[in-house]
Amino acid sequence: MALLRVEKISKKFGGLQAVSDVSFALREGSIKAVIGPNGAGKTTLFNLISGVLPATSGEITFKGHALNGLRPYQVARLGIARTFQNIKMFAGMTALENVMVGRHVQSRSGFLASMFRLPGFLSEEREIRRKSMELLELLGIAEYADTEAMNLAFGQQRAVELARALALEPALLLLDEPAAGLNIYETAEIGRLITKIREMGITVLLVEHDMSLVMDISDEIVVLSFGQKIAEDIPQKIQRDPEVIRIYLGEEAAVPA
Amino acid sequence: MRNTLVLLPLLALVIIVQLLASWTDSVFYLTQLTMSAYYSFLIIGLCVVMGYAGQISLGHAGFFAIGGYLSAALTTRNLVPFQDNVLVKLLDSVGLLLASKDVYGESLLVVTPWAACCAAILTAALIAFVIGIPVLKLKGHYLAMATLGFGIIIFRLVLASAYFGEADGISDVPGFTLLPGLTVSGNFQGRVQNYYIAWGVLLIGMVLLRHLIDSRVGRALRAIHSSPEAADSMGVDTARFKLYTFVLSAIFAALAGILLTHYNGGIGPSEASVMKSVRYVAIVAVGGMANLWGAMIMGIVLNFLSLRGMFGSYDDAVFGLILILIMLFAPNGILGLHLGQLRQRFALIGRKRPAEEA
Ligand SMILES: Nc1ncnc2c1ncn2[C@@H]1O[C@H](COP(=O)(O)OP(=O)(O)OP(=O)(O)O)[C@@H](O)[C@H]1O
Ligand SMILES: [Mg+2]
Repeated sequence: MALLRVEKISKKFGGLQAVSDVSFALREGSIKAVIGPNGAGKTTLFNLISGVLPATSGEITFKGHALNGLRPYQVARLGIARTFQNIKMFAGMTALENVMVGRHVQSRSGFLASMFRLPGFLSEEREIRRKSMELLELLGIAEYADTEAMNLAFGQQRAVELARALALEPALLLLDEPAAGLNIYETAEIGRLITKIREMGITVLLVEHDMSLVMDISDEIVVLSFGQKIAEDIPQKIQRDPEVIRIYLGEEAAVPA
Repeated sequence: MRNTLVLLPLLALVIIVQLLASWTDSVFYLTQLTMSAYYSFLIIGLCVVMGYAGQISLGHAGFFAIGGYLSAALTTRNLVPFQDNVLVKLLDSVGLLLASKDVYGESLLVVTPWAACCAAILTAALIAFVIGIPVLKLKGHYLAMATLGFGIIIFRLVLASAYFGEADGISDVPGFTLLPGLTVSGNFQGRVQNYYIAWGVLLIGMVLLRHLIDSRVGRALRAIHSSPEAADSMGVDTARFKLYTFVLSAIFAALAGILLTHYNGGIGPSEASVMKSVRYVAIVAVGGMANLWGAMIMGIVLNFLSLRGMFGSYDDAVFGLILILIMLFAPNGILGLHLGQLRQRFALIGRKRPAEEA
């Protein structure tokens, strides 16, 4: 069954058609990659799905709900979490606190409960902390729990961002270039991690420029160019698609065989 | 737990100051410290709005005035002429009114301080809510503008309305008995007691706000402040959290106004002036924006100096100047300032000038 369905979605910025009539479906439990040259509209597509930008036309449905018109926080509550191409850490907060923010939708305590430490507040707080710590451990950065997130190395910040998104316990995870700026070891680690995330039952939609990573872990690939979908297939077929090869020549050298 | 422990030395300090003042026969200091504590209560509430929700309110003197003026008017304005009014009858029947005789033997019917207090707080909260709903959905400094307008309206309203005493304000406001034996009033014998009430209220407010910051809500607020987009994607309803924080701070401001008015036995229009709002913003900025302790300490120190007349007739100008200097040299407040940073700032400003002229 399709968890996410994107139907003829378009986005115009003034005269620029950033995303143009793109359609695809995302099978539950799969990993799908969206690739394409710089400026192809990949991040814009993520922003449309997560409610950051309103679509000019078209429809997105998640678990059968139409996402059109929903604000990002509402989309998040339905079970879609994301990371950002340019890492967005919460400055002035520790790595652990960053992840704890991710538990927001899974917890309840409001203003009064927090101020007056009403019954249930402390146990919920402990639960938030425990779950967040578990995720830091999963990502191998538990030792930095109390370090201010902005002081962490780039790769560690990416890990915090990923832990924070996982803390939502999403059904769908949108990853915008999770391997950007990482070295080959870290990239391989991210690859293993994404596979593990899928095993946890989370569906993954991934934007990535690192072709070997994409070919390695994706079940299917959507190729965007100038806002249009030019191909959608399994990695083996995409690698041999003449149109895709043409676009990528001179871009990322060539799609590795 | 951690929050409460930090309070112990502070509590000790509060007691030591009182004992010193009493022993050295200078209890008059306690009066200004009491008033400073109430102003600081407003300031810590504003600190959460500015430092944690990242919004600026230029209308907090307005909320203070709503609290002060409403409780003053309700507890002093005689309702005897309206005795036959249905609403007055209803209030009387549920025990919210207080009958007595004034000094000339005329019968007097007023609202009880507790009922007036609740009405004033509800009014302030409701107004904050109504201003906040549309405004906090917008990005940027729209709240500053909307609250500035609100502050001006409140100021003009109390100045123009006979009910609120026009330029004279309202005097002869009775004491407010919080609990049997615990009365907020300017009564000379109650000076020490009132000092403790004010500081008790301030410290309780501090604990509540520290609790708030150190919770799911507080983390969400800090997240909104640092990256609204990321907070949004974590499922945080940013507009709603900003709104609730704003309403909470309006309640703090109104309560400060209520208690200080009962303590002073009256309130005047200067309390509602926009310059007062600017002063509160300046103090939060000096304290370091996202620093509750800084805001509280600066609230006490600067209000105390101001009340002692240290700034003379330049009182308002001093706070304006403070605001400018802080924005230029120490955006993180003076408690978060290092000498090196200061030197760097000077250098930056010095360097920018020739470039701009060119
Ligand atoms: N908010 C915006 N306003 C105007 N134009 C935008 C906006 N966001 C993106 N664009 C434009 O839309 C096009 C698609 O941008 P997008 O960021 O989606 O590309 P991308 O595929 O993610 O590229 P990259 O691989 O560099 O991240 C680009 O031409 C970009 O300049
Ligand atoms: Mg992008």
